[in-house]
Amino acid sequence: MSGHLLHRLGLSALCGLLVTAGVSAAEWRQFRGTDTSGVTEGIAPPTSLGEETVAWKVPLPGRGLSGPIVVSNRVYLTASSGAQQDRLHVLCFAQDTGKKLWQRQFWATGRTMCHDKMAVATPQPCSDGQRIFAFYSSNDVACFDLDGNLQWFRGLTLDYPNASNSLGMSSSPVVAGDTLVVQVENDSESFAAGLDVATGVQRWKLDRPKMSNWTSPSVVQVGGKELVLLQSGAGLSAVEPQTGNRVWTYDQGCSTIPSTGVAGNILLVPSFGLTALKFDGTSQTPEKLWNESKLSPGTSSPLAFDNDVYTINRAGVITSAAIETGKTQWQLRLKGQYSATPITAGGLIYTINEEGYFAVVKPGETKGEIVGEGQFGETILCTPAIADGALYVRSDGHLWKVAAK
Amino acid sequence: MLRGIRICVGSLCLALPVLLGADLKEPLSAIRQIETAGKGHPAAIAAAKQLGATGQLEQLPEILAAFDDANPLVVNWLRSAVETIVDRELQAGKALPQAELEAFILATDHHPRARRLAYEVVLNVDPTIEQRLIPGMLNDPSTEFRRDAVARLLTAATTQLEAGEEAAAKPMLLEALQGARDTDQVEAIVKPLEKLGEKVDLPRHFGFVMDWRMIGPFDNKDKKGFDIAYPPETEIDLAGKYAGQQGEVTWGTYETTDKYGALDLAKMLAPHKGAAVYAYSEFEAESARDIEVRLGSPNAWKLWVNGKFLFGRDEYHRGKAIDQYRVPAKLQAGKNTILLKICQNEQTEDWAQDWQFQLRVCDATGTAVLSQTRPPTKEPIVEKPAEAKEQDGAK
Repeated sequence: MSGHLLHRLGLSALCGLLVTAGVSAAEWRQFRGTDTSGVTEGIAPPTSLGEETVAWKVPLPGRGLSGPIVVSNRVYLTASSGAQQDRLHVLCFAQDTGKKLWQRQFWATGRTMCHDKMAVATPQPCSDGQRIFAFYSSNDVACFDLDGNLQWFRGLTLDYPNASNSLGMSSSPVVAGDTLVVQVENDSESFAAGLDVATGVQRWKLDRPKMSNWTSPSVVQVGGKELVLLQSGAGLSAVEPQTGNRVWTYDQGCSTIPSTGVAGNILLVPSFGLTALKFDGTSQTPEKLWNESKLSPGTSSPLAFDNDVYTINRAGVITSAAIETGKTQWQLRLKGQYSATPITAGGLIYTINEEGYFAVVKPGETKGEIVGEGQFGETILCTPAIADGALYVRSDGHLWKVAAK
Repeated sequence: MLRGIRICVGSLCLALPVLLGADLKEPLSAIRQIETAGKGHPAAIAAAKQLGATGQLEQLPEILAAFDDANPLVVNWLRSAVETIVDRELQAGKALPQAELEAFILATDHHPRARRLAYEVVLNVDPTIEQRLIPGMLNDPSTEFRRDAVARLLTAATTQLEAGEEAAAKPMLLEALQGARDTDQVEAIVKPLEKLGEKVDLPRHFGFVMDWRMIGPFDNKDKKGFDIAYPPETEIDLAGKYAGQQGEVTWGTYETTDKYGALDLAKMLAPHKGAAVYAYSEFEAESARDIEVRLGSPNAWKLWVNGKFLFGRDEYHRGKAIDQYRVPAKLQAGKNTILLKICQNEQTEDWAQDWQFQLRVCDATGTAVLSQTRPPTKEPIVEKPAEAKEQDGAK
């Protein structure tokens, strides 16, 4: 075998390692990013929309409210179509050109009824860097390799036939270790489950409170180990992803729409407004730092970075508070109502309201300032992704890449 | 040297599918053994990988035939294998076995979803297939083909109507109605038909059950009545008298003339809260057969057919829709019984006051299955006066 070929094989193997190892600013693997914090390192995407900053815009099939993820130089997202919205799609686009690289479809095996504002493809897909996991309100779960080869498919409604919500469900799955964690919570048959990423076989199942719940799990690091946070109206539980064993529970009740924010060892829990919990590596229930009703988030989840926390309320006002005290530092009225969670890169906060109004906020110590804005012109209800200094935004009809040219 | 390796690898890649082509039975069998709870996954994962990597376009009919009698999980696994093969082979410049695929599409004894997938694969490279095949699929077992055929007729009829050619449009609309099963299409057809003076019996078209006996209210305070087996769950005695939530209750006769078969219990009985009512109907079947009972309700419910409990759901006020729930069931020849328990909770919000249901009997395509003793559909909504309701026993 020639040295040239060996070199090529070696380089390929190295590339494989680079792709699958650790958290990278070049990737955005799940709802609110690879570590579910909404924070990414690296340069900030552009602050305006226009010919100079919209790198590409591609049409999407059917409907969908699921945000995109970015893995290994590709953008992945889901959609649903058909008279009954029972055609489930997984799509893959080249990150640099927007060219569609592959698309797969399934027939939903669970119920597809949703509220008009919802869609079957509302949960954001996620990835472990080697596989893509697509999850839908119908409880169908599909796993592919990055090239679109099916690894496995599950229809969880066939296992748990009353696990549905006639309004639709939106919880985005997360990957922690080698377990895919899904939350399927509703008024009837509520559960959370951990699936083996390689086989789709269930590792554990937890019965969850019988109440509707649209929140998504968060992932935290404790002493080098990951814990998954499961939120519901009853409270917040930390579980081991491999076993589903509960490590601790905060039982004071939580919101069922915005999800818990993560900032190192501080959790920003939508509970009685917003409650900050500080946790350590033990099994002790986290210490409550503060509770602040003024910081109650609307639909968007809280965001925290650089010792500050940010929430957007139902009136479209973004509030900044000190993460150690919860004391309000400033407020800024944006426009309209927000479903998308704000995310950050380069010290800037990227927001998009439900009408597609795009505003970039530069936070200061005493005030926030809109440093850029624009209009996507379409309904946007999901959280965008940031990777390699580019912003990826999806509406019901299109996927955009916003990046400096 | 490198060139030699490439040639060898290339030859191997060419030879492998042919080699494995004779052995599709094994991977297909492994995939067909997938069941719920991830059963069969380890073998199926390897089989799907093999199929996706080595399957050839000319093997598509064999793979598609493996959909027959398969469960919904298997169907989706096989679909993905087909898509992977098609992507890879078309990108390599291979040609579809179009004649074989079209023959497969037209063979209605194959799985509807396999036929639809074959159609979409061909459509992607030859859009003329739509014109050639879809017009003949108005009564196809595949609801997706049927919908496309209805849409074509509807478009043609609309064009005629816009040109003032009502005489030409009407038979198109009537033909489209014959095939239409989805509510949106039926409504789009019925609206212009009614303007043309044509009367459409929608309850009969969909198979809504319009005539019921009902008894209640029984107690469902704190939603506990959902799990309590009140007497109608153990015996159907239409002359029976039982202790209800507010006193003795007996069976009453109720009918709806709603075009989608809705019965508003809050109006027909009373806006009881924390209450449960049983609705009962008899269905005369010509022969034993599989059916679907399709239900819409914003309330919790339980369903029995011929005394057998089929499904129940304890969700309140999360929306309602026609065909919200689809429950497979079996009819026996002759008399069959349908029993439904409809529970109302105690929420006080304006949007939580609905207490209603609509139920129809149909086949898997949504085509109505009608009772042999179904009475003619009545026109106006007949609401019984309060005194009559009391005489009927439902208080």
